[in-house]
Amino acid sequence: MPIISARGLTRSFTLKRKETVDAVRGIDLDIEDGQLVAFLGPNGAGKSTTLRMLTTLLPPTKGSATVAGHDIATDPSGVRARIGYVGQKNSAGENYRVRDELVAQGRCYGLPIPQARRRADEVLDMLDLTKMAKRRPGTLSGGQRRRLDLAIGLVHEPKLLFLDEPSTGLDPTSRAEVWSHILRVREEIGMTIFMTTHYLEEADAMAERVIIIDNGRIIADGTAEQLKNDLAGDHIILTTPDAARAAELTGGEADGATVKLRVPNAPAALPECLRTLDAHEIKVTAAETKRPTLDDVFLALTGRSLADDDVPA
Amino acid sequence: MTTFLRDTATVFTREFTPSLRNPTTLVFEMLQPLLFLFLFGSLLKGATDTSWQWFVPGILVMMCLTGPMGSGYNLLTEAIGGSLERLMVSPLNRTAMLVGRTLKEMAVLFLQAVLIILLALPLGFELHLAGVILGLALLIVLGVGLGSLSFVLALKSAPDGTMFYLVTQWALFPLLLLSGVLLPVDSGPAWLRIVGYVNPVKYLVDAQRSLFSGQLGDISVLYGAAAAGLVALIGLYAGTRAMRKGI
Repeated sequence: MPIISARGLTRSFTLKRKETVDAVRGIDLDIEDGQLVAFLGPNGAGKSTTLRMLTTLLPPTKGSATVAGHDIATDPSGVRARIGYVGQKNSAGENYRVRDELVAQGRCYGLPIPQARRRADEVLDMLDLTKMAKRRPGTLSGGQRRRLDLAIGLVHEPKLLFLDEPSTGLDPTSRAEVWSHILRVREEIGMTIFMTTHYLEEADAMAERVIIIDNGRIIADGTAEQLKNDLAGDHIILTTPDAARAAELTGGEADGATVKLRVPNAPAALPECLRTLDAHEIKVTAAETKRPTLDDVFLALTGRSLADDDVPA
Repeated sequence: MTTFLRDTATVFTREFTPSLRNPTTLVFEMLQPLLFLFLFGSLLKGATDTSWQWFVPGILVMMCLTGPMGSGYNLLTEAIGGSLERLMVSPLNRTAMLVGRTLKEMAVLFLQAVLIILLALPLGFELHLAGVILGLALLIVLGVGLGSLSFVLALKSAPDGTMFYLVTQWALFPLLLLSGVLLPVDSGPAWLRIVGYVNPVKYLVDAQRSLFSGQLGDISVLYGAAAAGLVALIGLYAGTRAMRKGI
């Protein structure tokens, strides 16, 4: 049984002046146990709204979903007890010491006091925060704060962890650090991770499955490799003085002195392509192959670039 | 029920821990009503023929208004900061989230009450213990209701919180002045007395004054209890509903 299963999940918001905005328009989703899934899309695509519905923060307008075996509408407490959630903002309250918040979090999930304390110390150690135990969140660096958010989400050892933009707003070093912690913890606990992101490289490198959402609908779903092969494909770029003829012979597109052609597997197609041109005595001065990025996938699907939108929400 | 009590204790402990970690804030919280008691109380004593018996319960009701509003402010900062969201994803009982938070304010109120009564005793305050205990119990009921209402306001005011400040600042003074906490309403013009009748705080003030003078059977106690109960019911209903609607 999938750990997340959604059917026709829909959410609309009523703004002032009776205007309605359809943030999520009928999402069907099945996530298998143990996967690391990236939910990718531009700002305002409906990523966070979907996440908020799955984590019981927001009731759906229409549709249904079961998360960790419990229905989000009829048994929200059953869902809450089994999931962890790290939101976009800070999980720790400003007035509280780091360790106090972790103990309180364990208590929120029904752990007896000694066990809550033990778990607090364990997650502090796991995320390299032991030295910060008595500090207040406001005195931590951005990366440390994010690790604290993760620690809070992990106190009760959830089997399913939701991460909403886990590395947004961090510098590259802190991002890498936060990611190494996420991956290591996942290795140790073996949990399912469902995360939203608008960082393409992150989804590409980390996720076993990428689901692309745009305008409240899922527009693509698969491994990063599958999506890139099926929806964007490789490119071969050749530089030649006789670009027009070369384009004709290879079926590519000429642009000045370069020819660009789309192929399923560029490294395998390149030698053949060069031999053909050689046989027609066309001199190729440079040749390169290019793997597509997830942005090419998004571009192919929507005609827009995701990278244009790469501003933290 | 046991989950509710456990969760209430969890929320209460979380709220109270910062005060224990930093007792200075607690000391200042204690000092504020004392200042009021001595400065304003002394002035008032010279102006009218009122007594400490009249003034002490009024001070306690006043603190019971400002305390829960303060806890709404805490909730607002948690809503803006993000920690409220994390608590909402946890299986904590929703009503316990409201009650536990307000009980923290009520614990502070209780300490303040004990301190004020102890200091007022040598000044001529007469202690009717049963009445005082009953009076404090009523205040807890009122406080839970007001606290929940201030949470609803805080949730509605997020993310910027402007509405929270506007409404609380705007509501506090009419509620106080029309309740007779500081000055007797009965000596005011007729229209003022009529407006006072729709103010639930007025019934609480009257009930407290009866209780603090040992008149447990006075009809005003019944009215006060009904008013406190009504505020608590409305507050808890609106509070849990607001949380169910999502944040």
